Amino acid sequence: MVEFWTAYVWPVLWIIIQILMFLVPVLIGVAYLTYAERKIISAMQMRIGPNVVGWFGLLQPIADAVKLLTKETVLPTGASPVVFFLAPMVTFGLAMMAWAVIPVGDGWVISNLNVGILYLFAISSLGVYGVVMAGWASNSRYAFLGAMRSAAQMVSYEVSIGFIMISVLITAGTLNLTELVLAQSEPLFGVLPGWYFIPHFPMFIVFFISVLAETNRHPFDLPEAESELVAGFMTEYSSMSFALFFLGEYANMIMMSALITILFLGGWLAPYDVAPLNMIPGVVWFALKIAMCLFVFIWTRATFPRYRYDQLMRLGWKIFLPFSLIWLALTAGFLVYADALPG
Amino acid sequence: MAEPVEAEIENYTVNFGPQHPAAHGVLRLVLEMGGETIDRIDPHIGLLHRGTEKLIEYKTYLQAVPYFDRLDYVSPMNQEQAYAIAVERLLGIEVPKRGQYIRMLFCEITRILNHIMNIGSYAMDVGAMTPFLWTFEEREKLMGFYDDVSGARMHAAYVRPGGVAQDMPAGLAERISDWAAAFPKIIDDVEGLLTENRIFKQRTVDIGIVSKEEALDWGFTGPNLRASGLAWDLRKSQPYDGYDEMDFDIPIGKHGDCYDRYIVRIAEMRESLRIINQCLEKMPGGPVKVQDRKISPPPRGDMKGSMEALIHHFKLYTEGYHVPRGETYAAVEAPKGEFAVYLISDGSNKPYRCRIRAPGFVHMQGMDFMLRGHMLADVPAVLGSIDIVFGEVDR
Repeated sequence: MVEFWTAYVWPVLWIIIQILMFLVPVLIGVAYLTYAERKIISAMQMRIGPNVVGWFGLLQPIADAVKLLTKETVLPTGASPVVFFLAPMVTFGLAMMAWAVIPVGDGWVISNLNVGILYLFAISSLGVYGVVMAGWASNSRYAFLGAMRSAAQMVSYEVSIGFIMISVLITAGTLNLTELVLAQSEPLFGVLPGWYFIPHFPMFIVFFISVLAETNRHPFDLPEAESELVAGFMTEYSSMSFALFFLGEYANMIMMSALITILFLGGWLAPYDVAPLNMIPGVVWFALKIAMCLFVFIWTRATFPRYRYDQLMRLGWKIFLPFSLIWLALTAGFLVYADALPG
Repeated sequence: MAEPVEAEIENYTVNFGPQHPAAHGVLRLVLEMGGETIDRIDPHIGLLHRGTEKLIEYKTYLQAVPYFDRLDYVSPMNQEQAYAIAVERLLGIEVPKRGQYIRMLFCEITRILNHIMNIGSYAMDVGAMTPFLWTFEEREKLMGFYDDVSGARMHAAYVRPGGVAQDMPAGLAERISDWAAAFPKIIDDVEGLLTENRIFKQRTVDIGIVSKEEALDWGFTGPNLRASGLAWDLRKSQPYDGYDEMDFDIPIGKHGDCYDRYIVRIAEMRESLRIINQCLEKMPGGPVKVQDRKISPPPRGDMKGSMEALIHHFKLYTEGYHVPRGETYAAVEAPKGEFAVYLISDGSNKPYRCRIRAPGFVHMQGMDFMLRGHMLADVPAVLGSIDIVFGEVDR
């Protein structure tokens, strides 16, 4: 009996605890990301932002969540009920699943998969299904157009994201995310942090922009382009099913920022491995770097107009794709020439 | 061998509005689309029709003034001015200099009020949120001036046949002048976010092109006509009130696309500022409305002591004044274009007919030819750039 507990129940419980230890902070992070977004944008627009619910409006996300939970779920006429309700679950579930392989500190990871980055890539590619299902099942033209745009957009930017990832991977010589971060711990030329955003700087920028497109954020928020498509694929959603989309989308933003942090910003590593800096726990560095990326996400939203559909496609296929391909060839060529291929 | 099957590919019809975040009120556009490309646009109007023209026929000349605020509710005073000029022409009266200058001052304030609203919402339509909120900050200040001078923030009913309702309160001129000194900075800020922004240019340059000929054929006026390259401005070509004493330029565009319309509006705001400053500098003294007691009410103080003043007041606010038989067409350069009133009087105290020419109604017709072959995302861009308000389109 004891063996049953130690061999089966406890490991399962431990995994569940680990999952909760990841998901609860992520969901709280999502809630306060919406708050931060509203506060930051309002500051940029000379407004006050939420300030009524709680001190400085700090309870606003909770009030919003309660409001969404108590609303009626509306099923549009002619909608396909199963797919309609499955779509937000898919989006939300995938956004949560991706966190399984993200290392937030040295060894702080649910599953230290040796092909972690492939897993992440697969999960984020699946994200398009939630959108397409939502658009198709809603039986609305706005939703349908939004979903078509979204599918095309996410697929095209994934291509350049993939090539950029390969450039980074051949520099690090691993598909494991923890090892990828550790590969960035060697200082560059002995003085600069060894983070990959320095040697791969152009790709860091392209990657960041592609991530904006991948997560449907400004200036690439065509799928939900308010002024044309009302709310895109989310038009017909309300209540909890809308909340799931919303959570999924913001969780994806945080996840993608985590990916940027791991690939280019040295994960949980301090910039320099010296006294005051390396005393701060890795997870704090990790959170700080994510917060910085998210700030830029929000900043972009306050600044730029929206791209048009064809312009977005042109940018993805005609500029980013060749550019990342050339960079991949350059990186590989350099590594071979300098005999610096890892492993 | 199987016969090749001929399939009929039907266009996709999208209903844009009347409840749509970018429909600028209650516009309904039926879009026939081939994928993301627009094949035909059918604007449906009339959802905000309130029968203004008919209602005016049942009101005395003074009571008709507030209806003009409610046409294009973004630029109320210019429309009051058009109506006031029409009535003044029929009455054959001349507004005192100070009244004319106050009218001009507030009409230019209204022009800025309209253009910052348009540029803000236009930017919002193409996805940039921030200019909208920055410009609304200024709109708030301008509506404060409206409030100071008339007691209402939007529907002022301030410009009346024979002058304006009352003189400006003490200190208002200084406040307007302070504001006018600070405002160019705001225009620069907004321009900093939009004018040279690559995405904004990609969204607006060569979108919805209107050539000079097309603009004339379709009866475009105002900034939409000037963006197509014709320097036609009623303030210059047939000056009313005191515009002939003002020094200002007419900005024109070259291509007639959405970007040019935006640039023309930005430049017009700067010109309006020049006029505002000149008005404040040269502001003459004296009465603000005609001193004919048969047309404009007597001062409050007189009514306490003078029997005649009391009778005038009573007659003016019950029966109103009788306008001599005749008809006139009075046009002003409203912020959106040529706003005009065609007024027929049968000699009674109520207009026989009051036909309103709204610039937005005319511009609306252009939607179809401007947008053919463009993409869905260009609909809000063009709609925003031609500056439509449904109050005046539907009347």
